[in-house]
Amino acid sequence: MNSYQVAVIGAGVVGSLVARELTKYDLSVALIEAREDVATGSTAANSSIVHGGFDPEPGTLKASLNVKGTAMMPALAAELGVSYRNNGSLVIAFSAEEMETVRALYARGRTNGVPADSLSVLGQAELRKLEPNVSDDAVGALRCASAGIVCPYGLAIAAAGNAADNGASLYLSAPVTAIAKRDGKFLVTAGPHMIQADYLVNCAGLYADRVARLIGDDSFTLRPRKGEYLLFDKSEGELTGHTMFQVPTTAGKGVLVTPTVDGNLLIGPTSVFSDDREDKSTSADGLAFVRETAGKSVKGLNFRQVITSFSGLRAVPDGEEKDFIIRFSERDGHFLHCAGIESPGLSASPAIAVYVADLLRDAGLPMRPNPRFDPCRRSDHWFRRLSAAEKNEVIRKDPRYGRVVCRCETVTEGEIVEAIHRAPQATTLDALKRRLRSGMGRCQGGFCTPLLVELLAKETGKAPTELCKGAPGSLLLAGTLKKGAEQA
Amino acid sequence: MKTEIAIIGAGPAGLAAAVAAYDAGVKDLLLLERDAAPGGILQQCIHNGFGLHRYGEELTGPEYAARDVAEVRKRNIPILTETMVLSVAPDRTVTAMNRQNGIFTVEAKAIVLAMGCRERPRGALNIPGDRPSGIYTAGTAQRFVNIQGVLPGKEIVILGSGDIGLIMARRMTLEGAHVHAVCELMPYSGGLNRNIVQCLRDFDIPLLLSHTVSRVHGNGRLTGVSVAEVDENRRVKPETERYIPCDTLLLSCGLLPENELSKGAGVPLDPVTGGASVNERRETAIPGVFACGNVLHVHDLVDFVSEEAHLAGESAAKWVLSGAAGHAERSIPVRAGGKVRYTVPQRIDSPETPVRLFFRVGSVADNAVLTVKSGQTVLAAKKKRRMTPGEMESFELSPAVLCAAFDAGEPLTVSVN
Repeated sequence: MNSYQVAVIGAGVVGSLVARELTKYDLSVALIEAREDVATGSTAANSSIVHGGFDPEPGTLKASLNVKGTAMMPALAAELGVSYRNNGSLVIAFSAEEMETVRALYARGRTNGVPADSLSVLGQAELRKLEPNVSDDAVGALRCASAGIVCPYGLAIAAAGNAADNGASLYLSAPVTAIAKRDGKFLVTAGPHMIQADYLVNCAGLYADRVARLIGDDSFTLRPRKGEYLLFDKSEGELTGHTMFQVPTTAGKGVLVTPTVDGNLLIGPTSVFSDDREDKSTSADGLAFVRETAGKSVKGLNFRQVITSFSGLRAVPDGEEKDFIIRFSERDGHFLHCAGIESPGLSASPAIAVYVADLLRDAGLPMRPNPRFDPCRRSDHWFRRLSAAEKNEVIRKDPRYGRVVCRCETVTEGEIVEAIHRAPQATTLDALKRRLRSGMGRCQGGFCTPLLVELLAKETGKAPTELCKGAPGSLLLAGTLKKGAEQA
Repeated sequence: MKTEIAIIGAGPAGLAAAVAAYDAGVKDLLLLERDAAPGGILQQCIHNGFGLHRYGEELTGPEYAARDVAEVRKRNIPILTETMVLSVAPDRTVTAMNRQNGIFTVEAKAIVLAMGCRERPRGALNIPGDRPSGIYTAGTAQRFVNIQGVLPGKEIVILGSGDIGLIMARRMTLEGAHVHAVCELMPYSGGLNRNIVQCLRDFDIPLLLSHTVSRVHGNGRLTGVSVAEVDENRRVKPETERYIPCDTLLLSCGLLPENELSKGAGVPLDPVTGGASVNERRETAIPGVFACGNVLHVHDLVDFVSEEAHLAGESAAKWVLSGAAGHAERSIPVRAGGKVRYTVPQRIDSPETPVRLFFRVGSVADNAVLTVKSGQTVLAAKKKRRMTPGEMESFELSPAVLCAAFDAGEPLTVSVN
């Protein structure tokens, strides 16, 4: 049985960053993930916004960790080679009353510690100059210059990979189904593995309450809240420069219109409670609502250029809990919850990781710096970021980088093979997509899917008929062709 | 690298354009192909029915392509395979990439765009529901079955009655799969009549017109689809919704010309065809840049692709041999009217040679009357019993008609009523 000082349960963006943070210290760390890949839950499908921090209630963890996390994000993204853009955000007001809310948000931002030079209240003329495609009905806006956009699953994948590079053990397809305590240590049943740990950090996202129940802790319950989105072709990616919010309501920050780090345009989300934690369905009504509401913010949304729609679930605490739940369990002082990380969880995630490490230190975990810690990980996108001359140098050494497999996103065989073998290893089509964007372009995998299946089969040694799109059971093929004389 | 004519794509269009350009006198040509072998999508179209017009016989796709490839080889025209063209500049510099050469440029005097088309994916169709595996475009399924020898699924529903969908209904049935239905959003099929007969009726596969897939179900693999009738505005009638258990949904909902390279080169596109706007020689609005085949407008028969590519290749050669002469002094626009959705070419630069106009109607026209007008004057007319959106129509304009049009100096309008 493998034994660790800390085991982190759940490899979404929070769990992955927590595991990476812990490898900065001389600790043995395990990162345990139920699914076949990291970043498949809330991390895989959200608005991908690095919020300024003017929205959360002052005094909450959400407020402090958001402001800190957003400040940390540019350097972290650079270390991990993750796509990040400091594009700024706008909260658009459509009436004098909403302008009042905008001013209130400005004041709240200052209270929360958002830098003064980052916040400004814009009138109609300034707003139009900044964003020519803003709706004619917009009367003004709150601008937050420190806000940005980041690739959320890219961040989690890189963090998990960097944690593994720095010595953490990554367990995939290892759902935690039982936690026992023996001789002061946790015994975790995770799929086929038995894992021993001194401390557990519960970063299980949508399932964090169920993981808590495994030690008899029912102090909180999560309820998934669904958000549906529409993604546009890159031809529409420059419709807005800023991320555009509407004035927030109790249901959340409303429908936004934003460029993505990859150059697409994203609109959404809806905000509807769901009882199914695996429900990733979209609905005709939800998508119609998104289209209509987003259309209020900007002019010129070209719905003929929509390339896909998707939905994601946020892990929202039910009942009284309004803040992130980051605290030791009352049942066990070595069991740390990191739960209910809904928006602004992505923005806060770098600061959550540090906060969790601090809590563990305070609880008595010995934390000496790890002298071998390397904060940097080569980006999954390293090849595409090279100049033509540099690419040619790579292709000369390894011609697989000269063969384009996904034509819409220009993904080469070399990049795909690397993603299949490098931690965290990609074993499914969706895992490749999250790392390299293969199949994410305008043809949505029409041409490259058969080629990716061939490469995955070759590199993993599996038969094509064993390969999955993503989740267990999502087999890509039903069998091989019936054979004639050869078989008979 | 330098060449007289760079041809992007070695499918049926690129191959025929290369042969025609060579035979018209330009020997220094280069074909750039992203796939491992020339032939384009024909390589996976192992059914027959190709070549009736061009050769007077029924060939399979690979056989049809092999004839063009043989002609190209006979002329020693080089084909760079597994070579992805990354961009085309307005000055006709092509940037491409492959294993042997890395990233390299080709300076060409003329370019023939022959990149073909792609299928409309699920996302663009906005079908609500889960995100399981088992949803493929018909062409992807065709590649799986015919090239890779694997079966994408066993219980099939097909959305869209485009030709590839119809062909795949038959193909999957022959491989032992069960095709429950083909749903078509429109009240008519988008495919060729002969395919409806040979691929659906002969196998008792129901074609549900004015039907769509209203929702997909399944968290791992697809477990079923909801199918419903639509009203005249193509909106789902909820009371007609029913569930069909299946493990595979194939999409055959239209083809989109792949013009990302053309856009990058600044070639103006026709918003209806999604392809370049061209003159009768298939020259785009950028001098020396020609387009043909499915990248220009989606064809239903490869024979007409070859014919069009021959014209484009020959035109490119003439353009090079004439010293890259500029644009025509006078040009007559051709406009679509009545039930006609589009025409190719979209403009005519010279009245001296006959011009064959290709067009499609936007809805079924019975006892159709086609008229070609210059302003209010009818220059030519033709009757046809039935025209459907699934079949491309053509009409030849004689030099006499063209001269009259050029004398009048007004746009030509082609309409069907």
